[in-house]
Amino acid sequence: MSQILARFIIGGAMVSAFAIIGDVLKPKSFAGLFGAAPSVALATLAMTVVSDGSAYAATEGRSMMAGAIAFFIYASFVSRIMMRYKGRAILVTLSLIPLWLGVAGSIYYLLWVR
Amino acid sequence: MRIKIDLSTLRQTKWHDYAIRFLFGGLITALAGIIARKFGPGIGGLFLAFPAIFPASATLIEKHEKQKKESAGLNGVARGRSAASVDAAGSSMGSIGLFVFAFVVWQFMPRDRAWIVLGSATLLWLGVSVAAWQIRKGL
Repeated sequence: MSQILARFIIGGAMVSAFAIIGDVLKPKSFAGLFGAAPSVALATLAMTVVSDGSAYAATEGRSMMAGAIAFFIYASFVSRIMMRYKGRAILVTLSLIPLWLGVAGSIYYLLWVR
Repeated sequence: MRIKIDLSTLRQTKWHDYAIRFLFGGLITALAGIIARKFGPGIGGLFLAFPAIFPASATLIEKHEKQKKESAGLNGVARGRSAASVDAAGSSMGSIGLFVFAFVVWQFMPRDRAWIVLGSATLLWLGVSVAAWQIRKGL
């Protein structure tokens, strides 16, 4: 329980720090880079190395590559749909989360399970 | 276009906007740990690249741009949507750097010191993301 709480606080702080950096930068396309900052990964991996060892963290890193490809596809779709159709940001970004889940899960299954 | 720092955006952001991002960031980090514990590091690792605060950030950008235009007496809806779209395009470039970050962790974590690997991976994320952004800008 204490480890989950520690992850919550460290993760929240890390994500907020990168988000604030993104907030103050211009142009917006450059600031957007910080929307894909490795904030959750830094918080998680630092704690994972201590609790479960570096081999465990490396396996998480391997899967994270699939998550990053899914992020690329997700963000590209969000950008296109926001530009082309009259959708609100909250609706477009949330409704496309299943796309991220589908792509990340499919890559993981095809490369490392099948 | 030059890269600039504009601190006035911080004044536009309300405390609950910061709280929402802290909450989402904390929740997904805790959730990634729980998923890894339950299903193994293979599944848990996927969530290290989950777009945790993306919806909150895009909504915030849309709101700020809309307010800015409307205070000038203009219709800010289209401008807000466009700003969120441009931000998302930037994030897609950042995700290329995120892939490189993950690759470095996968390859070097088992044999090198964790802080050196994480530090180098973060610098590479920044370098690759900025390079991808510049290449895209030039197209």
